[in-house]
Amino acid sequence: MSTLLTLLNKVYLIYFSINVNAAFLCNFEVMQILQKLKDNTQKKHKREASLATVTYETVHYLQDTECKNQNAKSIQKFLEAMKVYKLTKVEKLMMVNTPPRTELEIQLIVQESEERLSEEQVQEIIALVNKYLPAAHDNT
Amino acid sequence: MFVLAEMKDVIRITPDHFHQSLTDSITTLLNRKLANKVVLNVGVCIALFDITDIGHSYIFPGDGSSHTEVKFRYIVFRPVVEEILIGKIRSCSREGVHVTLGFFDDILIPVNALQHPSRFDETDQAWVWEYPKEDGEKHDLFMDSGESIRFRVTSEAFEESLPSGPPGVECSVQTTAPYRLIGGINEPGLGLLSWWETPDQGDDDNDEQEV
Repeated sequence: MSTLLTLLNKVYLIYFSINVNAAFLCNFEVMQILQKLKDNTQKKHKREASLATVTYETVHYLQDTECKNQNAKSIQKFLEAMKVYKLTKVEKLMMVNTPPRTELEIQLIVQESEERLSEEQVQEIIALVNKYLPAAHDNT
Repeated sequence: MFVLAEMKDVIRITPDHFHQSLTDSITTLLNRKLANKVVLNVGVCIALFDITDIGHSYIFPGDGSSHTEVKFRYIVFRPVVEEILIGKIRSCSREGVHVTLGFFDDILIPVNALQHPSRFDETDQAWVWEYPKEDGEKHDLFMDSGESIRFRVTSEAFEESLPSGPPGVECSVQTTAPYRLIGGINEPGLGLLSWWETPDQGDDDNDEQEV
């Protein structure tokens, strides 16, 4: 029932878009913005139905992803350390959103990873991921 | 998966919003207009990020509202083709596996993009990956609804749809989804997260799946 409602809600709008893809946002950034927004709107007692729905659903989704264990500083350090591997922006974004912990996951994220990364480099990346973007159970 | 989209629009602010600051009313109106909607060739709009430019406000004869041209940036869900996403299985049908991200439901993994060989189990209404074992036997891996699934976005489709009726009026014109994603899991590492966890104890994982 709810899926039908959201489907009906999502009508088309033809819009003057200047730049469809101005910048990428990682899951962590979106989570932060939406949570701030949620707190603000609750204070004002004025909640727009569609905004409230989509922020609730998106935060709900993001809470189950790894971004809840991340912080701005460690993401920045991770990206700095990743500079030497000459990966594309999207590949690095995917690594922040879904941190790879196995060689298999790196192969999925990086196109033609066998040619672009040596075996040692793959191991180094996994080590960096575990250092800066540790999984939830590793934190305790 | 999320991007910032720069857009511009002329916002009509009705007099009942005049007690608020211009920025506040623009924010409210832009979120009311765009949040949770699909914009053609842009993506699913989530929330306003910032307003980059507010132009002059105009008043037209016969209308008490002010009209302001604004440039703004909006948070938009628009995964890159080839991106890896993690979602949950919503349901399985003969067409393939339907996946949801919670805020976005129109994701389909078609039959030809499932792991090979797969079959559709009519009694359980689920797709099954018949994983071949070394001794020639098959190991059934079920794809039940609610399970987390990792997939690659292979294509996206925007579809222009008819305008819906005024609010409160029941109208059933909208049948196709305005924005759809097509995914694939026919690569090693893709599919249910539990299939690939702890690779050295893979067999134990598979047994849990069957129970």
